[in-house]
Amino acid sequence: MNLAQLQTKLIDAARKNPPGDQVPYAFEKRIMARLAAVPRFDEWAQWVRSWWYGAAVCAAVALCLSVWSFAPDDEQELAANFSQDLEQTILPADDADSTW
Amino acid sequence: MAESTRIERTDDELIAAVRDGDTASFEPLVARHSPRVFATARRYARRESEIEDIVQEVWSKAFQKLSSFRGEAPFEHWLMRMAVRTCYDFLREHQRNRETSFTELSEPETDWLDRFVAAPDTASDESSAARQLVERVLAMLSPSARLVITLLEIEDRSVKEISELTGWSVPLVKVRAFRARAEMRKCLQRIARDKYL
Repeated sequence: MNLAQLQTKLIDAARKNPPGDQVPYAFEKRIMARLAAVPRFDEWAQWVRSWWYGAAVCAAVALCLSVWSFAPDDEQELAANFSQDLEQTILPADDADSTW
Repeated sequence: MAESTRIERTDDELIAAVRDGDTASFEPLVARHSPRVFATARRYARRESEIEDIVQEVWSKAFQKLSSFRGEAPFEHWLMRMAVRTCYDFLREHQRNRETSFTELSEPETDWLDRFVAAPDTASDESSAARQLVERVLAMLSPSARLVITLLEIEDRSVKEISELTGWSVPLVKVRAFRARAEMRKCLQRIARDKYL
């Protein structure tokens, strides 16, 4: 079988039988009804919405920071304990030196 | 009188009206250009319901992106770019449904092939069997191959036109055209192998 010839023949067949361009009845009405149902893209609404999203994120971050700042600080307690421990360890030695 | 004035409005006038908020002016555009969009969609989809879905998608996109139409080229060209790209998206979405075998060749298709093998010159390329067979072969191609074969070989468009329609670069169109022809040849080889070997 000559494949090149078959390919040419089939392409010719497709060329000689172009698809129809008939449109279903009242198709444009259907399109208009569909477009009316879909809300149109509004740049201003999109802009305002993005600002609201930004504001919500900022509020969430501020809330987290305030909660964090009011929370009891374990590190400070740890530092205070450490200083007391250090004092107790060093001062007895100092006291011992002075009594000698 | 008012009706005739409305009919005579050009595409540019209608587009300007739609942009100014007169949505109803979009309807004459749809009525005027739908035949070409339907003809394009029918090249890539078989079922009428799929074809209507494609055309609806094209018009929805056109309406939403109308603000990006700059009027440098005719509206029809802009719309056809959108139609071709929507058809390509459709092909990619339905890639899994591609036909993968020739076991379901119909009797007229088989007869036509037999006639072609016996006497290639006498097998008519205008018969419905030949049309069905070429549709079957196209359905087996990958989306890009089908698009290129349709635009380049069947619609006889230039590489530059295809580049503008698809958004692919000219070298990419050439590469895909080369691969598409090879892919089609491979499909035809499978027909020959399945049927005559």
